[in-house]
Amino acid sequence: MMYNAVVMDHFRNPRNVGVIEDADGVGEVGNPLCGDMMTIYLKVRDGRIADIKFQTFGCGSAIAVSSMLTEIAKGKTIEEAKRITNRDVAEALQGLPKNKLHCSNLGADALQMAIRDYEARQAGIPRPELKRKDEHEHSHGDKCYCPYCDVEVEEGATFCEACQHDLKEEH
Amino acid sequence: MSFVNLDHISANPLLPEVRRAMIAAIEHGYHNPSSQHRLGEEAAAALENARGEVAQLIHAEDPREIVFTSGGTESVNHAIKGVALANADRGRHIVTTNIEHNAVIRSLRRLKSQGFTVTSLSVDETGRVDPQAVAAAITPETILVSVMHANNETGTLQPIAEIAALCRERRVLFHTDAVDSVGVVPFDVREIGADLVSFAANAFYGPPGVGGLYVRRGVKIFPLLDGGVQEHNKRAGTENLIGILGMGAAAALARRDLPARMAHLSRLKEQFLRGLAESIDEVIVNTHPVHSLPHLVSASIRYVEGESVMLMLDDEGFGVSTRSACATGSLRASHVLLSLGLSHADAQGTILVSFGVENTAEEVHRFLGALAKVVATLRGISPLCRKSAS
Repeated sequence: MMYNAVVMDHFRNPRNVGVIEDADGVGEVGNPLCGDMMTIYLKVRDGRIADIKFQTFGCGSAIAVSSMLTEIAKGKTIEEAKRITNRDVAEALQGLPKNKLHCSNLGADALQMAIRDYEARQAGIPRPELKRKDEHEHSHGDKCYCPYCDVEVEEGATFCEACQHDLKEEH
Repeated sequence: MSFVNLDHISANPLLPEVRRAMIAAIEHGYHNPSSQHRLGEEAAAALENARGEVAQLIHAEDPREIVFTSGGTESVNHAIKGVALANADRGRHIVTTNIEHNAVIRSLRRLKSQGFTVTSLSVDETGRVDPQAVAAAITPETILVSVMHANNETGTLQPIAEIAALCRERRVLFHTDAVDSVGVVPFDVREIGADLVSFAANAFYGPPGVGGLYVRRGVKIFPLLDGGVQEHNKRAGTENLIGILGMGAAAALARRDLPARMAHLSRLKEQFLRGLAESIDEVIVNTHPVHSLPHLVSASIRYVEGESVMLMLDDEGFGVSTRSACATGSLRASHVLLSLGLSHADAQGTILVSFGVENTAEEVHRFLGALAKVVATLRGISPLCRKSAS
């Protein structure tokens, strides 16, 4: 099995699945690499996340990430929740396979987007356009790296010579 | 209840007769078939007997047209690179399709980096390539056309006999990757008219790690492995005799049992397709309704993701395969599914169900129940499902 017991537990018994119809903030992100999608709903009371629910279209890891994220965020103040990172979620799950780490980005991004939506509504600003995460990621520095084997590749390369993986032009 | 394998496209179990043949070969302790003394001659006789069985399975005219390899991937690499290198003085252009296995795609990519050019043809929405498009793609520079027989992700069969005939008229060599069809459906290499055919033993319940390459007599091809004179100078290296004897036994059984196997598998496939249509809505079946393997169904279940389906079915006691981007390790939607015109999201929900001779109607019935339950659970979590309903 490619996933550890904590990940499998959250996949098999995901916590906080569902929709909050009168949510105070909603965040929705799609993963450009594989087409996964995650929606986070927040209910905020006295500056705290009183309730949080998610819906996810994605793999085992994406579902487990969503579930764990909602567990971490529930009960936190908005300021505390803003500090939740992808790494926090991955660590709470006691690790994800290397090629699944991008799923944890999806979770934290959806939460931060939901918080921004909440704050915008509080400030009376019209709901911002939900937009997809920028596809072109330079994970370390200015150069492009293969997302599979981490070897440097040329900007715009569609193929990694080192590990033979096809690459999206926006890697 | 024991775990049910519905992933025979990934691995078939060894048939008891094949297992016995291999154990007998191990216990006998064959010598090197290349040795000149009587121990070597005995090993060579066993090797040639297996070659004869394999030749008969695909109706090759001469057993010497069969080269034993380490499996489908090696056969494909050998066919493509061996023909390209041996015929480069005639031209450096190769024609193929967009839905080939990576063994073909990456062999061709390697050749492209060495100055060869490749034309890759698209398929229609049913997953088939138009033979006339192949003919139109052939130029005076073309030395090889490579089109797979059965697609490993959809089970759809290509019109290879028509393509082979068009190639022959134009004096271009034709290779077919038949790894998932030889030993599964009738395959007559002379009737089809292919010059090179790649195939593998495990597809017909022989051991993994053994395969064959048919090279029609007179075809100019370089070895992939240089060294000794084994396999009529086409593949150097002492033969994997235990595996090859297993392949020979499996070939003999496949020849005998093919009609019964196909009838059994087609019944299970029909039962599954019927049950699927009745129990789950919004499913796209990617497998051709007529021109397809008897044992494989590719279905894209909308609003769910294939790896999640696979993991939950594992908990329910069923092993299936998925072609979702998340599960493949490449994180990209399958090139085959996208070629059929599926959206990324729909491609994500693709599972591959492939039956084997040991599967039963009762297992298919239970599987349909488990699948409906798993899909309902995952659609309950999916934001796409809610969107489409509203």
